[in-house]
Amino acid sequence: MLNNTNDILTAVGIVKTFPGAVALDKVNFSLRRGEVHALLGENGAGKSTLIKCMTGAYRRDAGTLTLDGTEIDPHDTLDAQKLGIGTVYQEVNLLGNLSVAENLFLGRQPRRFGLVQTGEMKKRANALLAQYGIDINVSAALDSFSVAIQQVVAIARAVDLSGKVLILDEPTASLDAQEVEMLFRIVRDLKARGLGIVFITHFLEQVYDLADRITVLRNGQLVGTRETASLPRRELVTMMLGHELQSAEKAVAAAETSSGPVQFRFSNYGKAGTIKPFDLDVRKGEVVGIAGLLGSGRTETAELLFGVHKADSGTAEIGGKPANLSSPRAAIAARFGFCPEDRKVDGIIGELSVRENIALALQARRGWARPLSAAEQNALADRYIKALDIRTSDREKPIRLLSGGNQQKAILARWLATNPEFLILDEPTRGIDVGAHAEIIRLIGELCAQGMSLIVISSELEELVAYSSRVIVLRDRAHVAELTGSEITTEHIVNAIAAAPGAGEHP
Amino acid sequence: MNQKYLPLIATIIIFIVSYAVCAAQYPNILSTRVVGNLLTDNAFLGIAAVGMTFVILSGGIDLSIGSVIAFTGIFLAVMLESTSIHPLAAFALVLVITTLFGAIMGAIIHYLEMPAFIVTLAGMFLARGMAFVLSIDSIPIKHPFYATMKSFYYKLPGGGRITLIGGLMVLVFAIGILLAQRTRFGTNVYALGGGAQTSALMGVPVGRTTVLIYGLSGFLAGLSGIVYSLYTSAGYSLATVGVELDAIAAVVIGGTLLTGGAGFVGGTLVGVLIQGLIQTYITFDGSLSSWWTKILIGALLFAFILMQKAILLLSRQNKRYS
Repeated sequence: MLNNTNDILTAVGIVKTFPGAVALDKVNFSLRRGEVHALLGENGAGKSTLIKCMTGAYRRDAGTLTLDGTEIDPHDTLDAQKLGIGTVYQEVNLLGNLSVAENLFLGRQPRRFGLVQTGEMKKRANALLAQYGIDINVSAALDSFSVAIQQVVAIARAVDLSGKVLILDEPTASLDAQEVEMLFRIVRDLKARGLGIVFITHFLEQVYDLADRITVLRNGQLVGTRETASLPRRELVTMMLGHELQSAEKAVAAAETSSGPVQFRFSNYGKAGTIKPFDLDVRKGEVVGIAGLLGSGRTETAELLFGVHKADSGTAEIGGKPANLSSPRAAIAARFGFCPEDRKVDGIIGELSVRENIALALQARRGWARPLSAAEQNALADRYIKALDIRTSDREKPIRLLSGGNQQKAILARWLATNPEFLILDEPTRGIDVGAHAEIIRLIGELCAQGMSLIVISSELEELVAYSSRVIVLRDRAHVAELTGSEITTEHIVNAIAAAPGAGEHP
Repeated sequence: MNQKYLPLIATIIIFIVSYAVCAAQYPNILSTRVVGNLLTDNAFLGIAAVGMTFVILSGGIDLSIGSVIAFTGIFLAVMLESTSIHPLAAFALVLVITTLFGAIMGAIIHYLEMPAFIVTLAGMFLARGMAFVLSIDSIPIKHPFYATMKSFYYKLPGGGRITLIGGLMVLVFAIGILLAQRTRFGTNVYALGGGAQTSALMGVPVGRTTVLIYGLSGFLAGLSGIVYSLYTSAGYSLATVGVELDAIAAVVIGGTLLTGGAGFVGGTLVGVLIQGLIQTYITFDGSLSSWWTKILIGALLFAFILMQKAILLLSRQNKRYS
């Protein structure tokens, strides 16, 4: 397969390490001429690291990169572009204040006597966009067009500049169905012209619609490269989520399908463009797991429940009474808690001490007029450092100096300190070591034994199976299945995720 | 209609309407003498404002302009008084100094990743300080060459005069417009204003462009200083305090977005003329305090900032429903 003359870009044994983590571990990747090659994987799988190594945004630590038979070592994205590798990102990396023509020809405007020939430039821009079936006013600012048109302009520029390999990094994330169709038509045209196209997306539909081959990464390692036609959806999801399906099943019947009264009821709850309306009942002392691929609407569900985004349909009830969850403040007042997915961005405040981070949410709920005294804060911090076994030399240490698992526990402590009745954990075990992992899971069990209701979002299916009394499966921003009791197995979850909308579709 | 022309058109309409209002009250304001004086009196501000337009278009700011003009004036006065150097040689020398001064500020802004506000603020104090070092007195320039240059003018029908410095300002604006609209450098300036990081990713030589922009601003501040010394026939280290703010006001009233990336050099000319017109009106009236200029400029500036915000909001909505 190596040295295949039809390969336009091959990467062999790519290694990239960051302090404390191996982002890519001897990954191989090959791209053929006239092929759309989907690159898939969950968060942290190494997709974007691999792309950045190929486009020169990162320098790889080891491995070889061959373009069109010659070994290359791009030192930045401009260099990669000159060599023939162009990239188009989800957020259009062009200048909205310049005209379409200027964006297409920035730095290579046609000139005569040192002056830019605007007429000639417009003519060329029109001709270039005509290849993509687009006829617009090229002297208008790029900003005045829809994201889809901007995306096409970005593709036109990238192809015009590089012309061998085109990398599309989640180009469809903010497009509607029609626009996606237009984009796909263009990608198919480019494929027919012999370009190699790398396509990154979270939408499996689109992968099966467009891609010839699929490469899956997981935890920085290559899981495999397969022909799309011979890869059933189910197998693809298994490849992405890992676990050679040791068919984890509910070991303990102990998670007695709670039969208590429904404490939290969300009916027809949703927000247009974010997540389709869903019904969700959570009983007291119950753990509801939420499973789905990245981009399926997991985090959106959590943020909707916590009021980060305001629902535009449906109602929420707590203990039978209507509740107002229009903002995180309101949600906290209703005794909700939320540990977000990216603790570095949304959770910890790195410069503040462990104590201050723990006291934060409780103080916020009390309001500024009733400050927690130093003694209260100390007692609070000490109690949770002990209870959750947060490893820190003392409570005044800046939290950024702690390990990931301990930071996670501190955030958990922050919410536990507010005595929540409803706690949402988004990926509580991501990026923490095995020991801390087990402790977090043990904690989840304890909390629910104390009568707290939990919603846990996780990509780790075994984990969900182990502690959930019910599992909700999400796909394409909708709640598509609910598994209870003995139905909760990794196999069933994978099936539900992979099920094609509209039965009878080929794999 | 292309939306980017809206602020420029608004400025031009305001200028025409206010000129008409002034003319209705004082018909003499239409005479070519007034027009000629408008150009002459605002020549130094206009030339400096062209440099400021480039700086603001790129998303930066240059606070050193006023000090550099004063430094240039006192430098010329001292040189012509105490040496036998020809004024033209002194002009060339001072232009080299101010251009380098601007370029160094540009290099510091880019390579040390410092905010333009801070760097040019330091430049402002430095240039003013150097002016004081040269002399703290107001020194008259009596060189015969100055008289010769002042005697050049183009006589308009009706007795008005386009003086050398008034004509120079118009020429600088013409070159500035060409530079902004029809060269790669000009597009790069707009690109920087749209986003420095994206520009770099698209291959714009960010460092070189930044140095050139501030170098250009320094050069034009120097030229403006020469014009000012011709205009006043003197050099004084306390002159032109706050001219950088007048220049910024002219640029913004001229329709350039203060955050960079959108606007026109030609609009700045109208912005300068609006300021000059208000001043002229107050002179005609005779009873108004000249502080009314500042008050009106302040009101205009505020109105323009509001208008820019409104246009931005409108264009967003249009996009949503298109």
